[in-house]
Amino acid sequence: MSPLVAGLVQVGIVFAALAVAYRPLGDHMARVFRAESHTKLEKAVYRFARIDPDAEQKWSTYAYGVLGFSFAGIVVLYLVQRVQSVLPFDFGRGNVQPGMAFNTAVSFVTNTNWQSYVPEAVLGHAVQMIGLTVQNFVSAAVGLAVATALVRGFTRSRTDRLGNFWVDLTRGTVRILLPIAFVGAIVLIAFGVTMSLKSGVDVDGQIVANAPVASQEAIKELGTNGGGVLNANSAHPFENPGEWTNLIEIFLILLVPVSLTRTFGRLVGDRKQGYVLLGVMGVIWTAMLAVIWTAEANGLRPLEGKELRFGVPGSAIFADATTGTSTGAVNSLHDSYTGLGGGAALLNMLFGEMTPGGVGTGLYSILVMAVIAMFLAGLMVGRTPEYLGKKLGRKEVTAAAVSILAMPAVLLAGAGVAAVLPSTRAALNNPGAHGLTEILYAYASASNNNGSAFAGITVTNDWFQSSLGLCMLFGRFVPIIAVLALAGSLAAQRKVPVTAGTLPTTGPLFASLLTGAVVLVAALTFVPALALGPIAEALQ
Amino acid sequence: MDNFAKQSWAGLRILLAFTVLLGVLYPLAVWGVSRLPGLHARAEARDTALVAVPREGERYFAPRPSAATLPASGGSNKGELNEDYTRVVAERRAAVAHREGVGEDRVPQDAVTASASGLDPHISPEYAALQVPRVARASGLPVEQVRALVAAHTHGTFTTTVNVTALNRAIDAAGR
Repeated sequence: MSPLVAGLVQVGIVFAALAVAYRPLGDHMARVFRAESHTKLEKAVYRFARIDPDAEQKWSTYAYGVLGFSFAGIVVLYLVQRVQSVLPFDFGRGNVQPGMAFNTAVSFVTNTNWQSYVPEAVLGHAVQMIGLTVQNFVSAAVGLAVATALVRGFTRSRTDRLGNFWVDLTRGTVRILLPIAFVGAIVLIAFGVTMSLKSGVDVDGQIVANAPVASQEAIKELGTNGGGVLNANSAHPFENPGEWTNLIEIFLILLVPVSLTRTFGRLVGDRKQGYVLLGVMGVIWTAMLAVIWTAEANGLRPLEGKELRFGVPGSAIFADATTGTSTGAVNSLHDSYTGLGGGAALLNMLFGEMTPGGVGTGLYSILVMAVIAMFLAGLMVGRTPEYLGKKLGRKEVTAAAVSILAMPAVLLAGAGVAAVLPSTRAALNNPGAHGLTEILYAYASASNNNGSAFAGITVTNDWFQSSLGLCMLFGRFVPIIAVLALAGSLAAQRKVPVTAGTLPTTGPLFASLLTGAVVLVAALTFVPALALGPIAEALQ
Repeated sequence: MDNFAKQSWAGLRILLAFTVLLGVLYPLAVWGVSRLPGLHARAEARDTALVAVPREGERYFAPRPSAATLPASGGSNKGELNEDYTRVVAERRAAVAHREGVGEDRVPQDAVTASASGLDPHISPEYAALQVPRVARASGLPVEQVRALVAAHTHGTFTTTVNVTALNRAIDAAGR
């Protein structure tokens, strides 16, 4: 097979698998978040946590739930790392240093999974399991919960109640993520992914580190987390040993974000509303794949930082999937990509992670962008904009704008300061424009909770650990608070009837508007920065 | 603030429940299944040809260059316009050409670029073919037999690759 045909076949297989799963999973998720009753396991969890699952919450209480749960998660994950030496399976790797432990705790709780550490040298199996694996699940479930709350804002009327955060969190975890991750982990083992409690394995006289990989690998991709159990992440043959595991992992990355558009359509009672979002995500994703693939196939050293079993197409598809969602797992080193290919991966994140975006985060981000798009359309025709039967007034548009602008604000501030700090020079792995891209990529990855890296940059000094940690926090929670505030004010409204003047949001006009909004907001914000980094490199 | 504190305590309690379920029971259940016959050896990467480490001696096929520091994995992270690294690649090309006694233009890409993991078990069929005469000479095996061993270890659905770890073990077995 020529590389072109082989690549197209692989894309076709991923699309076909997603198409098969789309309806059943999308409908299942809609049922989960609408269900009246609780399972036995869920009741046990609520009893243990002393939570009343039938109490509905206002948007502010829901937001306090997200913040309180995440705060508890950061504290626990920090402490678990700091006492690693007393835990089993630590292999003498010692307690994690404070700056690194803070950064890692924030990173995994915010679903970023940025890694400033080398796993094989720093973390034992206990921290990986009781610390990181847990957050791989629940940080994704938080995204699902917030997305569900926003959808309820559109579907409910004249209420100040958005549902119960603890119930949404628990259901997303035990009814959606856990069963798929379990099956996924077993399938991955059958295809050769490792699952060992030993520290390493002897290969022709040399020790190569091993770990309980499969259980974390499955949820790492499914939850759009991306933190590698091993340093080389999904490029490591123990995490991703072959062509088929590669396709399975790409499928798992895209599965929930894509299927959520179906869930959305079901919940708002008009499946076309979901299809149009999927169409916009799909068009941008496919266009970005074409750019990355073409750029990499025509690079000077196309195989540098790539695994031979994936080749250029298998690497490009993975790179597009991981940066278009907020995953950040890598099966090739983006730092060794061409100016254009690496720049496209960066731009994927700068779109704000909505093509198709992370688990839950992708759906709520594109809904916020839809609010912006309808606002722009309203300005053009001089009419109060509406979306899904709700008026978009000052409060709603302000919340949407805050949600959209938080990421660029912290990204550009952090990257700007880092670029002029004298200590940054020693941290870079490449000179010139490519070095600037390493900085931009790091802050884009943190602020968008992606987690992939131009990994040559050394981010272990105090400035990087703390500033990237703050970018992850602001990039995660400012949008979440704004989205929940938006949901609250939408839910309080009564539905407005559809009239002749209502712009339909299921057709090509709306799709074009939304695509334009996604691309324009990113372009207007980031073109100057991109011109100095990847664009300058691509033109050399 | 009261509300935040209250929700944080609730969050801590539910997190403990999730830690038992997702951090202990889930991975141990997966590990338990991985003990089943048929999965066990794979899960432990036993007798594995999943990764390649370089082996001493002219009689072995060389894997791709590695930027990893074992037991950890990793790559170079060097960009294509990095001049220092371009020199490193040129030196590798010259070394491979010298080792195999061929012109530099015959050295394939995968022979001079580091993989992402630093453990890539594969080389291209071109790079394997380039090494066949030297391996045959050093191991004392007939060229035809070495070529047949290469063919037996050439696989791939979308990308055709040669597993260098398995191939070198076959060379060992044939030489005995």
